[in-house]
Amino acid sequence: MNITLNGQSEVLTAPCSLYDFLRARNLEPAKVIVEHNGNIIPQSDWSTLLLKEEDHLEVLRFVGGG
Amino acid sequence: MMEPLLLGGRELTSRLFIGSGKYADDALIPDIVARSGSQVITVALRRVDLSNPDRNILAHIPADVQLLPNTSGARNAEEAVRLARLAKAAGCGDWIKIEVISDQKYLLPDGFETVKATEILAAEGFVVLPYVSPDLMVAKALVKAGAAAVMPLGAPIGSNRGLQTKELIRILIEEIPLPIIVDAGIGKPSQACEAMEMGAAACLLNTAIASASDPLLMAEAFAHSVISGRQAYLAGAGSIRQYASASSPLTGFLEASC
Repeated sequence: MNITLNGQSEVLTAPCSLYDFLRARNLEPAKVIVEHNGNIIPQSDWSTLLLKEEDHLEVLRFVGGG
Repeated sequence: MMEPLLLGGRELTSRLFIGSGKYADDALIPDIVARSGSQVITVALRRVDLSNPDRNILAHIPADVQLLPNTSGARNAEEAVRLARLAKAAGCGDWIKIEVISDQKYLLPDGFETVKATEILAAEGFVVLPYVSPDLMVAKALVKAGAAAVMPLGAPIGSNRGLQTKELIRILIEEIPLPIIVDAGIGKPSQACEAMEMGAAACLLNTAIASASDPLLMAEAFAHSVISGRQAYLAGAGSIRQYASASSPLTGFLEASC
């Protein structure tokens, strides 16, 4: 299954939830913001959202800025 | 004590807003906040670096400081609105600095797209602080669109060139019934002081502090300059005269006796 994460293609060998996907990449839920196919996904929905073929994920965080 | 600045339902006793970019180490930020006395700090949103997923600037920002996420990276109103909603969803509150830029050489803001984004976000309840060129007609449109303040640039972002747009900012201060917060370009405390003397409500700085040899001392210098400029504005400067006007009485002493 192919998805796009922050503009890069990723291959998932097994179906998984958004939560498991992020945890497998060492992404702390409290530190990131996730957009799934253009929609902001609240953290409470991460474990029930199952990733599917051709999903687009944007995973963002706050950085220094002026 | 100066009168507080009322913005977005908050009473701010400091009129110095700071950015959080360009520091060699984010761990400096709490000390920069403390030395500057600032109560508002800007942050940006970016894609996570998957090779370094643990960085978290919010961990370095004191809890009582108002976060002001910006929409830097947005090239049009639609992208700015998207970034603003993401920032809010991340729990950063409802303040947003609109920054819409498609010019990469001077990083000058797009006033038309900024007005569009302001209209949408103000209607959604955001406290919208738009970064713009100091253009009176754009500023008037921002008032109508529901902005909480107008943030004109003094000079291009990160240039440390000072109040190059001084006369246009003066016109905004005179004509616009919202706080005018000078954002971008200020490089020295004397320039922030001058903006405040003119009646600016606040100044927002990043590079001037972050690029100083001693950022902590510069943060403190800016804190003094903003207070000094505000006090001078409130005190009301005396009129400028073409010729000398003696400060000491000229009569009653050493009068000609022959």
